[in-house]
Parts: sequence; C-alpha cells; structure tokens
Amino acid sequence: MKRSWVPALITFGVILFLFAPLVVLVVNSFNASRFGGEWEGFTWNWYEKLWAAGEVWESLWITLKIAVSASLAAMALGTLAAYALHRFRSGLQNVHHMLVTLPLVMPDILMGMSLLALFVLTGVETGLLTIWIAHVTFCLSFVTMVVLGRLQDFDFTLLDAARDLGATQAKAVKKVLLPLLLPGVLAGGLLAFTLSIDDYVITFFVSGPGTTTLPLRVASMMKTSRSMPMINALSTLLIASTFIFAALSSRLQRRA
Amino acid sequence: MSAGLKPSRQWLITLPSLAWLVVFFVIPAILVILTAFRPTDLQGGVGAGWTLETLREVQDPAYLPILWRTLWLGGLTTLVCLALALPMAFQMARVGERMRQVLLLLIVIPFLSNFLIRIFAWKSLLHPEGPLTKLLIGLHLIPENAILLNHVGTVLLVLVYTQLPFAILPLYAAAEKFDFGLLDAARDLGAGPWRAFAKVFIPGVGRGIISAAVMVFVCCLGQYVIPQMVGGASDEMLGNKIAQRVFSDRNLPHASALAGGLMLAVLVPMLVVAFWQRFGRKEAA
Repeated sequence: MKRSWVPALITFGVILFLFAPLVVLVVNSFNASRFGGEWEGFTWNWYEKLWAAGEVWESLWITLKIAVSASLAAMALGTLAAYALHRFRSGLQNVHHMLVTLPLVMPDILMGMSLLALFVLTGVETGLLTIWIAHVTFCLSFVTMVVLGRLQDFDFTLLDAARDLGATQAKAVKKVLLPLLLPGVLAGGLLAFTLSIDDYVITFFVSGPGTTTLPLRVASMMKTSRSMPMINALSTLLIASTFIFAALSSRLQRRA
Repeated sequence: MSAGLKPSRQWLITLPSLAWLVVFFVIPAILVILTAFRPTDLQGGVGAGWTLETLREVQDPAYLPILWRTLWLGGLTTLVCLALALPMAFQMARVGERMRQVLLLLIVIPFLSNFLIRIFAWKSLLHPEGPLTKLLIGLHLIPENAILLNHVGTVLLVLVYTQLPFAILPLYAAAEKFDFGLLDAARDLGAGPWRAFAKVFIPGVGRGIISAAVMVFVCCLGQYVIPQMVGGASDEMLGNKIAQRVFSDRNLPHASALAGGLMLAVLVPMLVVAFWQRFGRKEAA
C-alpha cells in the first residue's frame, strides 16, 4: 500500500515555517544592510556595537543571577514535589497535583497580574526579589513534571535493597535515589534556566527600577529601529545558546 | 516505620512545594478577583473599602469588539494549528526512531528560543524594507506600497507561529501511542487514505486533540505582546487592555476585573476537560 506523501510535505513545510524567520535573523546579523532587505556584504559591525553596549551586558548579568538562583530553588522544590506525588496516593496529593499542573496552563499575563496584585496589596516593593519569586513559581511546575517522568522509570526496590544491606533511610536516599535521579533533576533545572532567561511577560509585571532583565532590554530596544541590527546579533547569540541547552537537556533526559 | 508516622512524613515532603504554590499562586489568583471589588486610589494602588463600581465600568460596550476579536483570533489560531499539527504528528509517529528525535529537537528549539526574538524575527521579516516584502514585490505578488505589518492577519500569523509547538507536542504524544495497524486495516477494507485518516486516526488521537486545542486556545486568550508588536492600533486583544490598565492608567482594580474575568474563562473549560478526562479514564477502566 502506498503511503501518502501529504503528511511528509506538511511536516517539511512546518519545519521550514518554524525556522525561516530564525535563519533570516541569523543571516542578517552578519548583513551590512540595516534592514536586511538585501545582502550588502558581510560584517562583524553589529556584534562590535553589541559588545560596546554596556547596558545589554548589565541586563544579561541580572538575568543570569535570577535564572541561576530561581532554577536552583525550583530544582529543590520541584524534586521534593515530584517525590511526594510519586510516592503517595491521597487526597492531599490530588490537590497537590492540580496545583502543580495549573501554572503550566495559566496564561502568563494572568500569572504576572496576580503576583503583581499580591505584591501591591502586601506592600512588597517590586525588584530582584519579586522577579525571583515569580520565576521560581513558574519553573517549579516544569521541574516537577520532568523529575516525575524520571521517577516513573525508577526502580524503588533498589531503595529496599539498600535498606536490607544496612543503609539508613537517609543514606539510601542520598546514595541510591539521588544519584539515579540526578540527570532528571539537572534536565529539569536546565529547562527552568531556559524558561527563566526567556521570560518577558511575567517579569514585566513584577519588575521594578534597576531590574531590567535581558528580555525587558530587548523589548525596549525593539521600539527603536536604530538598534534593530544589534538585536539580530544578540538574537543569534541567544539562539545559539538555546541550541546548546536544548541538546544538553535532551542528552540528560535520554541517558538511563 | 509505624503507620501513624506516615501521614506526617507525607506532609513534610509535600509542604514546601504546596505552601509555595498556595502563597504565590492560589492566594494571588484569589486576590485578583477580590481586587476587582476594591476602589482605586490615586497612587495607582488599591483604596480602602469595597465597591461594585469597577464591575460597572468593565461592562463598557467598547470592550465587546475586543473580546470578540480575542475569541475569534484564539479560535482561528487553534484551528490552523490543529490542521498543521495533525498531519505532522501522524508523520512523526511513523518515521524511524532517529528521524523522530531529530524532528522533535527541530520543533523544540524554536519553541525554547526567546519569545520576543521570534516576534522580532517576524517583525524584521515583514518590515517594509525587509526581505519578504522585497521578495513578494519583486515577484509582483503584492502591490509596490503594500504593508505587511500592523495588520490583524499578521497577528494571526505570528500567533500560529508561536503556538504551533503547543499543538504539535501533545498531538505527537497521542500519535505515538496510536496503533497504526488500525489504519492499515481500514485501508485493507477499502477506505481511501483521507477517509482512513479522518475516520480512524483522528478519533484515535481524540484526547491529544482536546489537550492541544485547550492549550493553544488558552494561551491565545492571554496574549498581548504579539498584537502590540506586529498588530495595528485596531488589533488589540483583551491582554492589551489589561496591560494598559496596569501600566498606563495605573488602575489596578479595573485591570483585576478584566484579568479575573479572563481567569474564570480559562479555568472553567480546563476544569471541564479535567473532569471529562477523569470520567473517560474511569470509563476505560
């Protein structure tokens, strides 16, 4: 029986559609033409300009500080949450599971808006701390899901074996469960890190003076067409780092 | 381990994440709804006392076209995404393991790259001096002075672009579990490829279709960056109004009333789906 070529064609078309704008962006970051309408020769000019733009690197530093600390906290909370969800079956865990999954489907604007309402009503000044709280909140669910997927493959009789051989519960967890779970936790952490670096909408709602993260900086640069080629260069660097992170994360998740 | 200690250990392990989510997710969501019933104060905060004034303001008929636009843009985006993602999931589930991994990575990479960058990419692609406009004018497909940006169609295009992975991933997860022998059986019994696809494959991944549709539709409802960046002044969605009330008018109760309405509109269909799936699972068992 002959298979239809239509699904293959559509798949090819969709991949092309997904990548075409990104490819144009990367190519234009080396294009001497300002608007990238046509090719006017190769240049490093935009990267040099970007290198000289101090405020961009300042924003990158703020973004990295938040991303590292938020993903570490989300890794700790998410791993515990996944363990609880996997180990226990109860009404409590049903509620817990619902609370963990809801943020995954909540539109960003609502999450930003509700956290802003919380901070305004409790009189907490928006800034680094509020951004960190917001990032931990949305990363937590993603880490939990990744670790939970990993736990489903974990053979819990290994823990019993460790206990039979004389290990304490704490020692069995530390020496058996955690090392085997580590790739899943790291994969979740990497995902959290990527999400934190990329977030614009939620951060916009809870940011304060002096906390312009990289996406906020990009958004304000997008308003002036003068800096458009510089965004091309910055985007190319960001896409390249996303590529590396995605590859690393999928390697970690695959290794058994 | 005694039975009496078990619940407390469970609580100890559950408490950190549960408490975090209650404090920073549940309580803020309730606060948004409550704030809709509070008066404004001049500093952009929330005044003392309670009022129904904001709810009356929100019933302004000027919101109707915006609400309608938000709904049809979300609905149309969902349909287009499903139409593209269904054949794609079908294809991905049928190719070999290696190819499948490559395709998955190819979908995840644009999905994980910065949201603003993806919008910016379209903005520069469709710019009057940009490559696509020049190409289309060169081919005489559009008039010399055509403007591709700042149009409701552009908003739809970029919405589809950003939401596609949300449709492909759950559909692929469903298609992966689909028994393709059923399709061959249908073909053996004389069904054409389209008929087999429509009558056997689509019902077979029904649950995946529901989750993909809910995911895409819900995400669209809350959009505001896309209409703001690539749409015109008359292409605003509900999200734009929420952002304007917060940041331009500094009217938190009004923004809360809009956000609270949107939140209910999002939660109700999701709870329905959750109950439906739970009910469906029991039925299957």
